[in-house]
Amino acid sequence: MHPIIKLVSQRLALGLLLLFGASALIFGLTEALPGDAAQAVLGQSATPEALANLREEMGLNRPALTRYFEWLGGIVQGDLGQSLTNKLDIAESIGKRLGNTLFLACVAAIVSVPLAIFLGLLAVRYRNRWPDKLISAITLTTVSIPEFLIGYVVIYYVSVKLGWFSSLAMINDSMSFGQKLNAIALPAFVLTLVVLAQMMRMTRAAILNLMQSAYIETAELKGLSTFQVIARHAFPNAISPIVNVVMLNLAYLVVGVVVVEVVFVYPGMGQYLVDAVTKRDVPVVLACGVVFAAVYIGLNMVADIVSILANPRLRHPK
Amino acid sequence: MIKNIPLSALIGLIFTGAYFFVAIAAPLIAPYGMAEVVGDVWEPASSKHLLGTDNIGRDLLTRMIYGGRTTIFIAAAATLLSFLTGTSLGLLAAVLGGWADQALSRTVDLIMSIPSLILALVILAIVPVTVPILILVMGLLDATRPYRLSRSVAVDINVMDYVEAAKLRGEGRAWIIFREILPNALSPLVAEFGLRFIFMVLFISTLSFLGLGVQPPLADWGGIVKENKDGIVYGIGAALYPAVAIATLAISVNLVADWVLNRTTSLKGGRG
Amino acid sequence: MSDTLLKVRDLKIGATVYPPGEKPHDIEIVHGVSFDLAPGKVLGLIGESGAGKSTIGLASMAYGRGGVEITGGEVWVNGRDIMKSSLGDVRNLRGGEVTYVSQSAAASFNPAKKIMDQVVEAAVEHKKFSRKEAEARARELFAKLGLPDPDNIGNRYPHQVSGGQLQRCMTALALCPEPDLVVFDEPTTALDVTTQIDVLMAIKEAIADTGVAALYITHDLAVVAQVSDDIMVLRMGDTVEYGNTDQIINNPQEEYTQALVSVRSIEHEEKQPTSEPVLSVDGITARYKGLNFDVLHNVNVELHPGQTLAVVGESGSGKSTLARVITGLLPPRDGEITFAGRKLSSDLAGRSREDLRELQMIYQMADVAMNPRQTVGTIIGRPLEFYFNMRGAEKHKRVVELLDEIELGEKFIDRYPAELSGGQKQRVCIARSLAAKPKMIICDEVTSALDPLVADGILKLLLDLQKIEDVAYLFITHDLATVRAISDSIAVMYQGRVVRYGPKSQVLSPPFDDYTDLLLSSVPEMHLGWLEEVVAHRKMESAGN
Repeated sequence: MHPIIKLVSQRLALGLLLLFGASALIFGLTEALPGDAAQAVLGQSATPEALANLREEMGLNRPALTRYFEWLGGIVQGDLGQSLTNKLDIAESIGKRLGNTLFLACVAAIVSVPLAIFLGLLAVRYRNRWPDKLISAITLTTVSIPEFLIGYVVIYYVSVKLGWFSSLAMINDSMSFGQKLNAIALPAFVLTLVVLAQMMRMTRAAILNLMQSAYIETAELKGLSTFQVIARHAFPNAISPIVNVVMLNLAYLVVGVVVVEVVFVYPGMGQYLVDAVTKRDVPVVLACGVVFAAVYIGLNMVADIVSILANPRLRHPK
Repeated sequence: MIKNIPLSALIGLIFTGAYFFVAIAAPLIAPYGMAEVVGDVWEPASSKHLLGTDNIGRDLLTRMIYGGRTTIFIAAAATLLSFLTGTSLGLLAAVLGGWADQALSRTVDLIMSIPSLILALVILAIVPVTVPILILVMGLLDATRPYRLSRSVAVDINVMDYVEAAKLRGEGRAWIIFREILPNALSPLVAEFGLRFIFMVLFISTLSFLGLGVQPPLADWGGIVKENKDGIVYGIGAALYPAVAIATLAISVNLVADWVLNRTTSLKGGRG
Repeated sequence: MSDTLLKVRDLKIGATVYPPGEKPHDIEIVHGVSFDLAPGKVLGLIGESGAGKSTIGLASMAYGRGGVEITGGEVWVNGRDIMKSSLGDVRNLRGGEVTYVSQSAAASFNPAKKIMDQVVEAAVEHKKFSRKEAEARARELFAKLGLPDPDNIGNRYPHQVSGGQLQRCMTALALCPEPDLVVFDEPTTALDVTTQIDVLMAIKEAIADTGVAALYITHDLAVVAQVSDDIMVLRMGDTVEYGNTDQIINNPQEEYTQALVSVRSIEHEEKQPTSEPVLSVDGITARYKGLNFDVLHNVNVELHPGQTLAVVGESGSGKSTLARVITGLLPPRDGEITFAGRKLSSDLAGRSREDLRELQMIYQMADVAMNPRQTVGTIIGRPLEFYFNMRGAEKHKRVVELLDEIELGEKFIDRYPAELSGGQKQRVCIARSLAAKPKMIICDEVTSALDPLVADGILKLLLDLQKIEDVAYLFITHDLATVRAISDSIAVMYQGRVVRYGPKSQVLSPPFDDYTDLLLSSVPEMHLGWLEEVVAHRKMESAGN
């Protein structure tokens, strides 16, 4: 077998294993910690009899392992169970909200990824000069403020003071694509700010590292122009580090979404999860947790697989 | 020593010190009581209330001072817990190697495969939200990062010839860890301590903002945003003061951490 | 065309340094160097590290590496001052008129592109040849440089060929655009000695065939003597001596050059074996965890008290693995080690403190062999404390004695390793091992990271200390000149086996086995025409077979 197929399939298998482990960890935590779904429904002051009855009713008295595999089997078939609070089917609720969240995340990614790479290259081009210093100062500031505060600062200045865009990102099916874009402009902007700085800084570091390679010097000593050096010699080697940077930041973006959705009251997964945690709706929390973990693990896996595929030593073995 | 501190680090040290001083001396400095209603809802800044009042008429400056005390205390305690757990396990894994290292490292991989905010939310959906539990959850979830850093630094040092020389001399494990590895790992660890502290400040603020952190009437910076966020649409900036506080604290700590890290390569006793 | 291809006048080169904890400042690294190079001639630039030789070589392409800048003087190539040329002109010069061969071809080739694409790139870019012509020329050069399968090797990726082959590909890359001048920057330094000779010969013939001029930069005077017409000896950015090769090698005028020429002139009388060896290695076979083949096969050697056994071999011969087995860091699969009359535990944990004390080790890289957070006094004092329970004034007195023995003195006691030079660091390491009063010291390539004159000082010190302390050395090295200088007996290792073993005089005299012959004849000798003699000798031998 070609070593690259072997490595990629190994990485895929590891991803699946991690996913399995993550689901077990999430489920296990809700089991191991004091308190359970029945307690959550009835509150701290519930009588022991009421608790026992509800446990019986919810099937919580059966062994944890059995319930785990039932739950896992359900997930595989697309059945995430029922919400404790409103008895709605979780898979259905998640379906629509996940779409909204991905829409928001994608718009933010489409804006931030090219911008971050461009600004990262700019920082390399003007290394240690003012554009580079400005960029690192902005990076330091944005990583020092939590996402939700960036959100409110943006609302305060853009939405309230300037009167552009609404501070609430309401979205529904009857809206046109343009209307939807308009509705999510501010949350997408905030998310872009959140990931831009990190992505830029990491792109800068990756490219700088690359430009210090001996083979770049060789290319310069061949009398090639700066553009040729970058296009022919730096670019083919830059794909893997840049894809890595992008994937890591997209994974980060997925987490940032949770908070930004709450700020803008956007009907997505993050809002759903936070609501469920507040109401102690354990099945919904479990389901959302697994979905977020899956996206996160998936993105990290893609990053690793791209670096395997981009490595010439692996693509062309001896 | 003092004259060698660069200006940026000095500013960082002064600000960090000031924040910690205010946190410790909060009851002496704050003009009013923490939960005392002293005026109207969202009064503008005046000589009586330097930052105005909040959503139920409490003095905002007082809330900010007490909020800083809570935020800094929780963040510092969680960082300490995270660091003590993380670095001791990390160093141990590096020195022991073998299956102990494998078991610890794979567990950490698994925990890190889920974003820590998500994992924290899952846990907080089950357990009651109190300050000790917050510290415990944040500290233990975040211990993965100091673990990875200390392990990788220690693994790098552990294969250095001077450590091998000490092993060949017959030195015990304690000497190797405390005299050979730790002095050389200290600078990156101290710098990381600063970065983890910032992360903890952001983490607890985020949890409080989501309503899953510090519970009212106790004040903390994230909670102040939550309490006053409705004012924003009326153009009342009360919810934004914590942004200034968090950002200045985070930047100050960052400047100090940067300096500590750079000092690592300095000539005398440096690693250079 | 003028009769000088390259004319350098009063060249001054500066750099900005960023010492940690201090303000960045400018320093001068080359202080006014002048020379001429006629078409088709080879000038050797020689010096120790920090002499500025690579910097001067790159200056002939108007290139400064990492913040290095040409601050004064003139560099004329083909009749024009390239310091005053436009950027476009400089680009035409680079890769067209002047090309470059670096020390590490492995790093200098782009890992993502095929060798052929990289070899012809400059020739096509500067419109010297069409792509097709350039490829034909490249294949011709591959053949001329003795590369296997010259028609197809260009289709491979850099990681698919060996280090020695890649170094030749780099030479082809430099010669492909038919330049007027090639800058060779330590092109054979990273290679094993038996590989070096082939690459050296290939480069020499290619230079002769194509009539190109060359700047040949190296720290090895014996190598540069084989290829150059003129030699310039540099030291810390200044010219020490500049003349033709014959004069520099056979009649050096300056003291520094004389020292370089006569380096390794240490005289050492071979000692006879005693009745009782201090160390005997019997039938050692070893492999690393996770590997499915043995790195050492049935190794048997002995070392007598107060004597030196040199274990010599190239990279991958297993010589350093032998050291790890003897120290107990790598328990062998088979065989045993007897030390000072006692059988040693195969595992480090099973050895007594006495075993550990009497068997010390000195490393190749002195800067990583000392804890950077400890002072010289602590480093040398620790074995005294640990093995002999010395404290306070008694310990201090002994540390000072040891510092005197290694010719450093008491003033070094409070310094940190970062404040010492390379040679001083190695001396401190020697003192640390002597502090344990060992019967034997393993010296693992202890001089190979040092400049020749400094290395010479370390070897002399080791020999002097052997007389005073009556300590035995197991000396691991790839450098045969060192072996000749200090050993009493020699073990030649090749692919994990001892292929030749005995007293020095016997090992170094014919008849030789094939590998020892190859190894011995590959060591560059400091006389003109050595390279041709060796190659002619080898051709005769292979014709004879």
